Amino acid sequence: MPDNLHDSPVSSSGSKVGHRPSRNDAGPFRRGPFILAMALLFAVVPLLAGCEDESEPVVNVYSHRHYDTDEALFQQFTAETGIRVRVVSASADELIARLEREGAASPADVLITVDAGRLHRARTRGLLQPVESEVLQEVVPEHLRDPENFWFGLTQRIRVLAYARERVDPEEIQSYEALADGEWEGRVVARTSENIYNISHMASMVAALGQEAAEEWARGVVANFARPPQGNDTDQIRDVASGIGDVALVNSYYVGRLLNADDAASRELGERVGIIFPNQEDRGAHVNVSGIGVTAHAPNRDHAVRLIEFLVSEEAQRAFAEANFEYPVREGIDWAPTLRSWGTFRADDLELNRLGELNNEAVRIFDRAGWR
Amino acid sequence: MAVTPPPEPDAARWSPVPPHPPTNSGSGRPGAQGWIRRRLSGLRDQYRPRPRVTLTGWTVATLIVVALVLLPIAAVTLGIFGESSDTWRHLASTVLADYLGNSAILVLGVGALTLLIGVGTAWLVATCEFPGRRLLETGLILPLAMPTYIMAYTYAEILSHTGPVQGALQLVLDPSVTAGLRTGLMSLTGATFILALVLYPYVYLITRASFLKQSGGILETSRILGKSGWSSFFKVALPMARPALVAGVTLVLMEVLNEYGAVKYFGVSTFTTGIFRAWFSLGDTPSAIRLSACLLAFVFVLILGERAQRGRARFDHGSSRFRPVVPFQLQGWRAWLATGACAIPVLFGFLVPVLQLVSWVIGVAPRALDARFLTLAMNSFGLAMVAGFLAVVIALLIVYSVRLSPTPLLHLASRASSLGYSVPGAVIAVGVMVPFIWIDRQVAGVVQSLTGGSVGLILTGTVAALVFAYVVRFLAVALNPVDSGFERICGNLDETSRSLGSPPLRTLFKVDVPLLKGTLLSAGLLVFVDVLKELPLTLILRPFDFDTLATRAFQLAMDEQVAESALPALLIVLVGTLPVILLNRLIGRQRTKGSYG
Repeated sequence: MPDNLHDSPVSSSGSKVGHRPSRNDAGPFRRGPFILAMALLFAVVPLLAGCEDESEPVVNVYSHRHYDTDEALFQQFTAETGIRVRVVSASADELIARLEREGAASPADVLITVDAGRLHRARTRGLLQPVESEVLQEVVPEHLRDPENFWFGLTQRIRVLAYARERVDPEEIQSYEALADGEWEGRVVARTSENIYNISHMASMVAALGQEAAEEWARGVVANFARPPQGNDTDQIRDVASGIGDVALVNSYYVGRLLNADDAASRELGERVGIIFPNQEDRGAHVNVSGIGVTAHAPNRDHAVRLIEFLVSEEAQRAFAEANFEYPVREGIDWAPTLRSWGTFRADDLELNRLGELNNEAVRIFDRAGWR
Repeated sequence: MAVTPPPEPDAARWSPVPPHPPTNSGSGRPGAQGWIRRRLSGLRDQYRPRPRVTLTGWTVATLIVVALVLLPIAAVTLGIFGESSDTWRHLASTVLADYLGNSAILVLGVGALTLLIGVGTAWLVATCEFPGRRLLETGLILPLAMPTYIMAYTYAEILSHTGPVQGALQLVLDPSVTAGLRTGLMSLTGATFILALVLYPYVYLITRASFLKQSGGILETSRILGKSGWSSFFKVALPMARPALVAGVTLVLMEVLNEYGAVKYFGVSTFTTGIFRAWFSLGDTPSAIRLSACLLAFVFVLILGERAQRGRARFDHGSSRFRPVVPFQLQGWRAWLATGACAIPVLFGFLVPVLQLVSWVIGVAPRALDARFLTLAMNSFGLAMVAGFLAVVIALLIVYSVRLSPTPLLHLASRASSLGYSVPGAVIAVGVMVPFIWIDRQVAGVVQSLTGGSVGLILTGTVAALVFAYVVRFLAVALNPVDSGFERICGNLDETSRSLGSPPLRTLFKVDVPLLKGTLLSAGLLVFVDVLKELPLTLILRPFDFDTLATRAFQLAMDEQVAESALPALLIVLVGTLPVILLNRLIGRQRTKGSYG
């Protein structure tokens, strides 16, 4: 191996030139791609950043809801009022973090969440401001909005029990508490305790039963799991339909979506499960809301209020109920056929801010009970 | 070249080779050769210009850039020294052990699997010839374009009750037996396999490039001296590829540690899910920071370990004449075995999930495909390109500065600048807001005092903040390959150029950059693909009405509209695939061209 003996700077670099004669023709370094990238850097970035027309009336929305229905409603709002709706959607937690960091300079006008607990958190951190609006006070029932009008519910979401029609008689299980009973061992499926619907539901259990009984209940449910918590709400329903578990804790609209899905397989799965509104004899089924509040430093406060008023209008409320099978907060709106088929029910009228107040207690109970 | 008188106490550190006698270990000659080589390189090290203590422009520029990159991370982690909160004690007493255990298993499992798949396939395609090799060579990189969360959703769906696998199995088995398939997948084991399938290309890419750049002469020598193919692999090729291999695995492990989407969906609690639990579910930022800091400490150990294992060894092959490896022609069943072994990762890491995505897209395309998708693709593509370019430029600056003056400070700075990669995107996003909002407030203050008018946040919530965050997050992705690329350029090339009068910048662009072109492009493309897939950071920092393919796919999947999410998901994969193929052709050319002297 004589190569090593040539291993001196001069011969090494000399042979390098010999290796690559083409370099001399093509120039020392192909700049094309880099110039292109630089051009992109200087052209695209300002273009994307600076394409805002300051004079146009806007309302800036931070939203955890990102359904096509919402988008269609925003477009309709723009058509009716000339106010453009600009949206950043992410999870409520992330949006709250962003609002906190932005402080008084925040461009956001409203915050939309899918859970009352998060609105309460935003309120306690000084991120929202109260709104005096006769329309809103009249339309949104008292228990579905903040007592001091810091936030308002847009749609109601009911945490129900989805059961396997083939294997379960609905008479057997009429309350959340029953999920912890010994006879359901190996038959209960649920998602993880990281999920906000589960956390808020646990908060309502704490409110109803007290901390100790709620923890006892959580331990009982954990002992009854058919498999470790995993997946999303739809997955729970499918695991019940396919026989992994017999009963699941889910939001009702996910069943509605399956029943109205485009593909026959999903519809068939939906047909295999029934839903139970629990605790009809006492406090009623757990209610949460997807809601909205005006941010503390909203630069377009008036537009924000108009948007909220629009979202509780009859047509908007009907759109919410029909497209996503949620229950409207406004009374007197026709329900979607699927919702009508499930009938009326008694809903828990727990003050929704309690869900936020008990949030931490709920998470700790899950951790102690081993509900991952 | 001017000969600097070496023997000062300090110089000993840079010429560490003692003139020990040749060790005669069995096959005599390599030992003697090795001794001569070591001696020569020792001499060369003696004549290498010693690091200057003075602050050069390069050092200052690098320190500033690294400080900027570390700013967001520092902004989130400074709170660690606060009081131990009640929440922290709660976490420590209930779930912390679980998080640690799961993360450890995931790290070990994915690390081992990616090494096995990545190195095995890299060796086969780089040094052997078998049916379908050329196709598989490219194909093996493709899983890189699959975001983990999409992979998780897709496989969960494939193995679901209504999916094709259970459908087929139910023909022979009872449905109650097959029902557990999906549940089985959504576990720690399932997550390990899913992550390994998408992450092994990091190891494969970097290791294969390294195998290709090893001179065929060395391998031939090894075989002439009586070593078998396997023995040559373990004794020669693998040790020489070690920096590449470790660089690849380090990337994989960092990616595993901050993985969120897939493990969350599977219900596996890891350190990252713990950070989010403390931060969001419990609303306790200090505890979240404390957890992040633990994670950072672990990653820092990982990074230091990676550098330490390189030690004082050098990995350029010291030869001025490069001969590409002559592929070894595999025959008969061995050839088909190689084909099969390389096809499996491509099949499960790419083809199967893509076919599932395609079948969904066919179902929903008529109502999902509109002009909006062009915008989504453009947004994703533009962001990824700019971020990729910037990351490579900064990586080049840092690595080259360290090369010019390898002071402990610069070494530390370059290592620290990799930290962002291990921090969950959402944490970085919040960290990035701190300096940006500060700047915005200063600007707003100036504007107000000048004009009396008020302006909102100028930079925060713009693409600029987003790009900056990407660079913070993905600098390590560019830094690792650039660094291991430089390792294989003999220092004497630079020295020659500079002793002939070229200043460092000119040397960088005339000598190093042309030699590193392939490496730089692969580094840029790795960042490109990563940005394309990036999610939590993009969600938080993006401007109003600004969607990327990833945010769109994720939101649809979050709303449990998996079929609808398939279109943007498929686009991410396809857009990510194009540069991957391009990249492969560039690396492939190394086969015929020389390496780095």
